[in-house]
Amino acid sequence: MNAKQKKELLRIAVCLAAFLVLLITDKCIDGGLAGAAGGKYGWLLPFGLFLSVYLAIGYDVLWRALRGVLRGQMLDENFLMCIATLGAFALAIYTGVTTGHPEGFDEACAVLLFYQVGEFFQDYATGRSRRSISELMDIRPDSAHVLRCGETVTVEPSEVAVGERIAVNPGEKVPLDGVVVKGSSSLDTRALTGESLPREVTEGDRVVSGSVNVTSRLEISVEKAFYDSTVSKILDLVEHAASQKSKAENFITKFARWYTPMVVTAAILLAVIPGAVTGDWMDWVYRALSFLVVSCPCTLVISVPLSFFAGIGAASAAGVLVKGSNYLEKFDKADIFVFDKTGTLTKGNFAVVKVTPERDRERILALAASAERDSSHPIARSIAAAYGGTPKEGYVLTNIAGEGISANKEGSEVLVGNEKLMRRHLIDFLPEEGAGTVVYVAENGKFLGSLLVADEPRPESRDVVASLNAMGCRTVMLTGDNERIAKSVAADAGVTEYKASLLPQDKVAEVERALSSKKPNDVLCFVGDGINDAPVLMRSDIGIAMGGVGSDAAIEASDIVLMRDDLKGIPVAKRIARKTMRVVYENIWFSLIVKVAILILSAVGLAGMWLAVFGDVGVAVIAILNAMRVNSKRRQERAI
Amino acid sequence: MKKTFPLEDLDCANCAAKMEHAISKIDGVNEVSVSFLMQRMTIDADDDRFDDILKEAVKKCRRIEPDCKIKL
Repeated sequence: MNAKQKKELLRIAVCLAAFLVLLITDKCIDGGLAGAAGGKYGWLLPFGLFLSVYLAIGYDVLWRALRGVLRGQMLDENFLMCIATLGAFALAIYTGVTTGHPEGFDEACAVLLFYQVGEFFQDYATGRSRRSISELMDIRPDSAHVLRCGETVTVEPSEVAVGERIAVNPGEKVPLDGVVVKGSSSLDTRALTGESLPREVTEGDRVVSGSVNVTSRLEISVEKAFYDSTVSKILDLVEHAASQKSKAENFITKFARWYTPMVVTAAILLAVIPGAVTGDWMDWVYRALSFLVVSCPCTLVISVPLSFFAGIGAASAAGVLVKGSNYLEKFDKADIFVFDKTGTLTKGNFAVVKVTPERDRERILALAASAERDSSHPIARSIAAAYGGTPKEGYVLTNIAGEGISANKEGSEVLVGNEKLMRRHLIDFLPEEGAGTVVYVAENGKFLGSLLVADEPRPESRDVVASLNAMGCRTVMLTGDNERIAKSVAADAGVTEYKASLLPQDKVAEVERALSSKKPNDVLCFVGDGINDAPVLMRSDIGIAMGGVGSDAAIEASDIVLMRDDLKGIPVAKRIARKTMRVVYENIWFSLIVKVAILILSAVGLAGMWLAVFGDVGVAVIAILNAMRVNSKRRQERAI
Repeated sequence: MKKTFPLEDLDCANCAAKMEHAISKIDGVNEVSVSFLMQRMTIDADDDRFDDILKEAVKKCRRIEPDCKIKL
């Protein structure tokens, strides 16, 4: 609670106490306060007392209302509240003058008092959830210590250039992305990834900005300027998350634009028509004033985005960044999950597990490594790692998409690739039967041997796919691997469908086909590791990228980023999305039903202003509490 | 050009919605989003008239919610 809120709370408490004392005295004394004062002008005593409480609690509302009217904002909530309460005062004065026993001073006062209680509560609740996001914002580094000409200079992170050396002391945030050049330490990346185990880093390791240095001093060579660094990207993303509005939010704002004028019109009609017909002006004006009490749509307008906000907050606490409430809304309906195999269902850390024939190991590896020299594909990297030496220079490399590479040097041709490549060049090869990716190597049309490269499945793949299947989702695996590997990995992970032997461009086509053949209500998610699947991530209804930290392309192209390199974020986020949407609809329906019920009851004269204000404020409080439930501590623990 | 501005003392969710609606009506504004929860306004408008549009937006905000200030 900030100072402003504390002051406000004190004001409400004092006014409430004063009001209760007045109310009890008024009810206990025979004939009320007016009777105690006696005489024709006895009503002036309760009027004066209640009016002072009224002014103490509502002077700001009155002031804002007046200012609003002067600026032409007639349907401002402050104005409507003032009309309702001042109207009630007027009615009370009228009864006081005519009967000597005024009725309704207490009511007018109470309405404004409870209105302020509701406002206070809303302010407090939104402040709290705002803070939960600010905690995430806490990753913003304030300064960087740059080593320039043998001296340490402390500057703004944005003033540090790429290639400069910075020092990070224990307890400080890493301000910019870079590589450790001196020292070793452990880093706390919880704010970024939700991962609670610290990460050990040493010389040569890459560090991302926003993580906190825990144990000892590090010197880092800066690789990215501040606006390009992970921390800026994430902050940008979080700040924009709230600007992507969901359908539910848009519906509510549109509804609010119509709701207030409609209720006000209804109130005027209710006061004028039956009043003129029956002649009982008092009663009908009173009923119309009750209408105005419930005319503010603020509850709805606030509770829906608040729920989404809480949902996004809960997801980010679990290491899942959702880029906007529209994605959270859509993700709840997600029922087709398309997974990329490599790096997503499997770890993507390929290793050469077998070379056939073993006696030619060195030669085969050397040729394959030379041919795959320029490729950043994980398989190529695994071959380079297995070879260990420096690849031979001088080859002219030609990439044949989906088949392999042909490397030419001084009239000799080396072919490195899959069986398609071998068949096309009519090479008589010995098929390798092991499960994994097979790379065949041939030189000048003669088959030399093969490499078997295998990939490990992620330990959590099976559970994640199983829980998605249990939620009634279709799970599809796409892979460039052949049928045999695809089948074994698919069976291992438990996906319901798989498509094998796809070229990179086929994946886009496959997702396009799935998008066009799905029912309008289906939502297709593509889960990839962000490496070369950006087009598919963008094209699908919801793109989910793995291992967001350090991968800019993934952060930019996807709608949901799994900050931790762990698929378990998907079912967690799905449960959070489901919970959020349930709360959103509960809030919408609950508020609408209660408001309509109050309107009907006050129209027929069954509900007074008391009930109207209780209903209005009560609904606000319940809806806000409900929204906060999405982000409650207990629920997060259960989700993780 | 797309820019984000912090808002100060934006106290009412409905006002935020009203502000958003009013600013979106300004000629030259492609997209605007006023987030009550983040206390931020993101505005996407024509480059060459951006400053005028912003001035107009500030004026409209002041009319709807005089307490709220756009920090330029």
